[in-house]
Amino acid sequence: MLTVIGKRLVQLVPTLFFVSVLIFSLQQLLPGDPALVMAGEERDPEVIEEIRRRYRLDQPLPIQYFYWIKGVFSGDLGESMRLNVPVLDLILQKLPVTLQLATMAMIIALLIGVTAGVVSAVKKDSWVDYAVNVFSLWGISTPNFWLGIMLIFLFAVTLGWLPASGYVSPLEDWRQSLATTIMPAFVLGNAIAGVIMRHTRSAMLQALQSDYVRTARAKGLEERVVVLKHAMRNALTPVITLGALEFGTLLSGAVLTEQIFTIPGFGKLIVDAVFNRDYAVVQGVVLVTATTYIILNLLADIGYILVNPRLRG
Amino acid sequence: MKRYTATGLLAATALAASVGLASAQTTLRIGLAEDPDVLDPTMARTYVGRIVFASLCDKLFDIDEKLNIIPQLALSHETLDDGRTVVIRLRPNVKFHDGETMDAEAVKASLDRHLTMQGSFRRPELAAVDKVEVVDPLTVKLSLKTPFSPLISQLTDRAGMIMSPKAIKEAGDKFGQKPVCAGPYKFVERVPQDRIVVEKFADYWNKDAIHIDRIVYQPIVDSTVRLANLKSGQLDLIERLLATDIKDVRSNPRLKLATVTEIGYQSITINVGKGEPAKGPLGSDPRIRKALELAIDREALNQVVYNGEYTVGNQWVSPENPYYQEKYPVPRRDVAKAKQLIKEAGVATPIVVDFMVPQNPETRQAAEVIQAMAAEAGFDMRIRVVEFATSLKEAEEGRFQAYMLNWSGRPDPDGNLYIFTKTKAPQNYGGYSDPEVDVWLDEARTKSELKERKAIYEKIAGKLLSGEGSLLYLYHRKWLIAHTARLEGLQMRPDGLVRVVGLKAK
Repeated sequence: MLTVIGKRLVQLVPTLFFVSVLIFSLQQLLPGDPALVMAGEERDPEVIEEIRRRYRLDQPLPIQYFYWIKGVFSGDLGESMRLNVPVLDLILQKLPVTLQLATMAMIIALLIGVTAGVVSAVKKDSWVDYAVNVFSLWGISTPNFWLGIMLIFLFAVTLGWLPASGYVSPLEDWRQSLATTIMPAFVLGNAIAGVIMRHTRSAMLQALQSDYVRTARAKGLEERVVVLKHAMRNALTPVITLGALEFGTLLSGAVLTEQIFTIPGFGKLIVDAVFNRDYAVVQGVVLVTATTYIILNLLADIGYILVNPRLRG
Repeated sequence: MKRYTATGLLAATALAASVGLASAQTTLRIGLAEDPDVLDPTMARTYVGRIVFASLCDKLFDIDEKLNIIPQLALSHETLDDGRTVVIRLRPNVKFHDGETMDAEAVKASLDRHLTMQGSFRRPELAAVDKVEVVDPLTVKLSLKTPFSPLISQLTDRAGMIMSPKAIKEAGDKFGQKPVCAGPYKFVERVPQDRIVVEKFADYWNKDAIHIDRIVYQPIVDSTVRLANLKSGQLDLIERLLATDIKDVRSNPRLKLATVTEIGYQSITINVGKGEPAKGPLGSDPRIRKALELAIDREALNQVVYNGEYTVGNQWVSPENPYYQEKYPVPRRDVAKAKQLIKEAGVATPIVVDFMVPQNPETRQAAEVIQAMAAEAGFDMRIRVVEFATSLKEAEEGRFQAYMLNWSGRPDPDGNLYIFTKTKAPQNYGGYSDPEVDVWLDEARTKSELKERKAIYEKIAGKLLSGEGSLLYLYHRKWLIAHTARLEGLQMRPDGLVRVVGLKAK
């Protein structure tokens, strides 16, 4: 198992290098001029020239890249043009927020998705199965922004139970933190729950028809044990992959949901940065997200090995 | 507005708890339409940042509701030497948030920083200033390179914000991370894209007019969500309400609406002199431009898109402004005359126009209404919706024939006209150039009497509004602020900023 991890870690280096070149060159394709955007309404040519000089926008691309990557190796991701704050500080500030939201969303998604998937597979073709299927389709097809606004109107404006938006760190007040994040986490989790449910259901159906389940039943095991211990454990492998990938997506920021609920996470950070052509921030965030994504993939692989001993070789 | 420590999970107000407010303190929560940029008066450039500065940094001068210049940190000013010298007398006994004294030395330090710091956005605004001298502890003298009457009006904005000399020395270009000024509130903390917190400054020179202990600014980009927060009581005041939400606010007894006509304008910039696109009929023939103007019914546009809430206009200042030229009233729609002008010009219809519109639901809707109106006169306005940052670049390079753009406005008419009309000026996107207009624009800057200046602007209006100009002014928006009915004492000024002095919670 250690060799597997070691191999994957070595693969990380060229992948990240490729990602860094890609981010850097792709964002040059964005139309518009960062110096012009940054100047806001004060578009004096002299000032704009100075911005270009200061952020090396007047230098050729390879040189700009060189300076950036040199900084990255020494832990300096550059400075936000808009806020004059180091990008690393911004990322460290947003990371816990996004992590919290993603974890909550994932817990909700797994609770709903796996339970619904298992139940509908066991009760295949019954009304429960149909109901769960309709629910899952609803989850997949409901747009996040719509569900978000509806939840705000229901729980914040009409009922007044939850704050409409904003964010409080759990370290300051965990109950408030829960109150501010439960709606966005549900919106995000709901969408993923549908996908997880579909995957769990088909994997479970397959598992339930397999020989070892028949054997388990023939041994006279309780149905509960057959389903939960024998079938589900095997069925979980694809769900873990899916979960890890979805979690990675969540970590890269839930753009619309964060925007609606004003959650100051990665999604909001990157959207604002793109619109303001705050290149250093975009580069920094994408690099961090890409790294996280790759690491999560690695963790998913380790996860397989843990649930499925046959892969330990 | 009183926030009490909550007992239950849902009753707690999110931020009050997070900043550990005592129960009897009053907190004002303001919803902003965007996250401000850096909070450094020298480096700042966004409108939304000015809203926050209104509580943090007092300026030498301010404007009143009629756009008159009134003293703030200054007591008075005097223009000498044919406009080449301006002497400013300062208010005594003013302290900065760090306890330092606000005096002539401090004013000099701030103005010098605006003038010399690398990356300063204030330099163009103060370009006329040659040097700043301390006459005595409460008097500063500004020597100008040339007479420049809009100078005092520049000092009603960020260029006039005075920062603690000690803080600018210590923080350098990091000043914006913890601004230290002489405003009614001092900086507490900022979490980008989440909140900016300020608290009452006990030694403020006008402290008796400050009734709220703490202000939390929260950027909430989505206007629907901003309003939902106000309705649910999470926010006490929101800026830039959508015109379409006015009805909703008016019908809610717990909310109040405050409005004022902006000092800026919404216009269509026409490319008359930049590259190939300018060579079309619209860019090359003033009659066609006049025809386009006559095809547009500004009042109907206002009714359809903005519920009739905005002020229609045809000049760079609104009809309520003392510099408005009554001689040139808003023209009525006249499609027959528009068609006749096109016929006279001998141009075949439909006249195809590349109409660049920045992405924004309201602006886009207005552009569609204009498109429909102009079609009746023979124009084919081809709307091209472009994201804002991209549109700036396109405009700069002249890749448009018509460009829908708004200007937030400056208190002095010069700020609404000069940079858009003078030959090769930074925001003259349409490439307009007229040597006579150039001379008049500069001349108006040297005069300080309203009557004299207005007479010069009248000559400019005669040219620009005849169809020759490159800007077609349409209407002046209203700054729309919605707040809880418990809030009293909000003074609306034409710049739309939220002035916190005098605000009270019932």
